[in-house]
Amino acid sequence: MAVTQVRISVFPAGLNPKDIAEKIKEKFPEQVIDVAEFRDQVSVIVKKEQIIPILKYLHDDPLLSLDHLQDLTAVDYLKKRDVRFEVVYNLYSMRYHHHIRVRAQVPENDTKIESVVPIWAGANWHERECYDMFGIVFSGHPDLRRILMPEDWEGHPLRKDYPLQGPELQKDWPGFIEVLKRSKELKEFEWEG
Amino acid sequence: MHGGKRLSNGIKNERWEVIDTSAMGLIQVEEDVKILPPNIIITSFDKIINWGRLSSIWPTTFGLACCAIEMMAAGAAHNDLDRFGIIFRGSPRQADCVIVAGTVTKKMAPVVRRVYDQIPEPRYVIAMGSCACTGGVFKTYSTVQGCDSFLPVDVYVPGCPPRPETLLEGLVMLQEKIRKEKARWSPWR
Repeated sequence: MAVTQVRISVFPAGLNPKDIAEKIKEKFPEQVIDVAEFRDQVSVIVKKEQIIPILKYLHDDPLLSLDHLQDLTAVDYLKKRDVRFEVVYNLYSMRYHHHIRVRAQVPENDTKIESVVPIWAGANWHERECYDMFGIVFSGHPDLRRILMPEDWEGHPLRKDYPLQGPELQKDWPGFIEVLKRSKELKEFEWEG
Repeated sequence: MHGGKRLSNGIKNERWEVIDTSAMGLIQVEEDVKILPPNIIITSFDKIINWGRLSSIWPTTFGLACCAIEMMAAGAAHNDLDRFGIIFRGSPRQADCVIVAGTVTKKMAPVVRRVYDQIPEPRYVIAMGSCACTGGVFKTYSTVQGCDSFLPVDVYVPGCPPRPETLLEGLVMLQEKIRKEKARWSPWR
């Protein structure tokens, strides 16, 4: 007797990302600048001023329920676009299994944006990394420090105008110069053979 | 046969005695090593101290990146570093050697240097992998371009990451280097 496997999903089907984008457009017509689509991935490009209400709506709306912040990062479009930075929020719904990407434009002369830690606590370290690498200041963040680079490091390394091989030796991180200096001092005590 | 060395002031110095070993039945087994049967071996300080050192290189347990995985593989059952007397030691105070296994970032450099400084003399450094040797593919702001900029490296082990066999080869080379040392035990070194 043939056995047929039947799969029953108890979860409601998720929304098409285009429909989510439409919903955001309806709710915040002033804020949405553009909706971009690439390989079935839909991004909603928004202004940064109302980012908290937009993301709060996406998080709290029972039909969207985008309760999981998959990633928070930034992009530097130096000399490619008018607005230099974009902070990218990749959102996912545990309940409905649908995705949406929200991109907030941040100009170079005012790199401030509201922190989303009150909505997703996991954004804490993502925002610290974003601040470390791009110098985007998340206002309202509970503990905005560098997370990867040493705390007295100068500059934000993932900015496109940062030199790839870092600063010259004299202007390098003081901790590293200290190590080089100390190893030179201790060299006379090494065994030469 | 006892012959004393007569000093210039005419006093015989009893401490300097020349022993004619040919009459005692000593058998020379290799250079600087003689055996008086059944169980007395006569050798030089260099020979026996270097032999002791090279037969028990204890590296401090210190991994930085993917090379550390290969280092662990070299220590595991298949390649088994223990048969060379190489046992990973948890504290640099009790170790003889540091294997810099992986990418050394500028932020990590003070830590690596401190671990090296805590190792008592005699101490050795093995730079394992392309990153530790030269910086490797990471010619960037955050990576030290070769850990020899702040450490006296004895053996460079290239590879990305090097296979456990390569690390073994490097450790055997370090053993050969220790075997050739002269008077490193002496306070006048």
